[in-house]
Amino acid sequence: MTLDLLRALASYVLTGAGLGFYLAGTLGLLRFPDTFSRLHALTKADNLGLGMLALGLAFQAQTWAEVAKLALIWALALLAAGTVAQLVSRSALVRGGR
Amino acid sequence: MAVFDLALCALILLAATAAVAGPGMFRAVVFFVVYGVLIALSWVRLGMPDVALAEAAIGAGLTGILLLGAVGRLARAGADEPEAPRIDWPVALATVAVAALLVWAVLSIAPGPGLAPQVAGMLPRTGVENPVTAVLLNLRAWDTLLESVVLLAALIGLWPLARGGAWLEPAGPLHHALPEGVLAGFGKLLPPVALLVGVYLVWAGASQPGGAFQGGTVLAAAGVLCIMAGLVRAPGMAEPLWRFALLVGPALFLALGVAGLVSGGFLVFPQALAKGIILVIEMFLTLSIAVTLALMVLGPPESGAAQ
Repeated sequence: MTLDLLRALASYVLTGAGLGFYLAGTLGLLRFPDTFSRLHALTKADNLGLGMLALGLAFQAQTWAEVAKLALIWALALLAAGTVAQLVSRSALVRGGR
Repeated sequence: MAVFDLALCALILLAATAAVAGPGMFRAVVFFVVYGVLIALSWVRLGMPDVALAEAAIGAGLTGILLLGAVGRLARAGADEPEAPRIDWPVALATVAVAALLVWAVLSIAPGPGLAPQVAGMLPRTGVENPVTAVLLNLRAWDTLLESVVLLAALIGLWPLARGGAWLEPAGPLHHALPEGVLAGFGKLLPPVALLVGVYLVWAGASQPGGAFQGGTVLAAAGVLCIMAGLVRAPGMAEPLWRFALLVGPALFLALGVAGLVSGGFLVFPQALAKGIILVIEMFLTLSIAVTLALMVLGPPESGAAQ
């Protein structure tokens, strides 16, 4: 019973913190002046936010396989976000940046 | 969860409005993709993971990429971006009328299990355990066969856009990624995972959500990524093997359907062989769907015209 309570608590704290990072990243995306700083805000904050969401959800997983799937989703999203950020910033650099 | 569902509905309406009424074609496509992802989420909430997978992969992913490609081609061709979307009143009225009819149709459906009990009753005779796959590949195989042919017809309709008899050249524009750049690195890391996921989706389709269209889309995405990263050459119709890959799925499906005439009718699969037949059709259909979708995303050959 106590273990369930601890798990629920960990999930609430971690997903809550994850949502906070998403909020911060979105604020940065909307408020920062140019493409590079907007990308900086978005990729860093969102990757961390997704990691915290995944970790928070992992506390609700019934099997280790579910934990592994959550970890794989986070790793793939990290990889894709990092690559896309590089490509977007290079494209912005070539076009003179905005 | 009612709050979540209501918020989801509001977000879907907002994304749809932004896609239709917002300024800028690129922005419209981005909101269309967001709309597709939200629709996929709503299918999950309705307990339909099969439809959610198809919507996310084909509705949001593939259609979004095709629209993005169209926006890019328009920009390269020097087309003018419309300043603000004008409302075409006859079209708007017709759309509202269709939407009203659909709402009326949905509201007039009597609440109940629908055809689910009939499908569940037939399930042991279809050779698969996933009712969605049973309907798509056995009970209503006719529809799926025609879908695969429609996909092929769409691709054939695309090729005449290749200029100056260049249609035997490799598909799409010339891709120039840095040989040791991030895209090349990404193109080496992701395809093995995508291959595993794509094949798993097809295999799992017999008993769980998944299937040829979802798996084929994942495989097509992996292929397009490899080509964009400059790791492999784009397929060209000069090579008979690619034409074979395009045709083998629908052709085999049709041939096995005709073979069904022996055991009772067109597309009737004998119960003992149904599982094997469905798996073989799905495997080759996945190959054809993957190649067709990849060629659609790459577009008609453009490299030949530049030379």
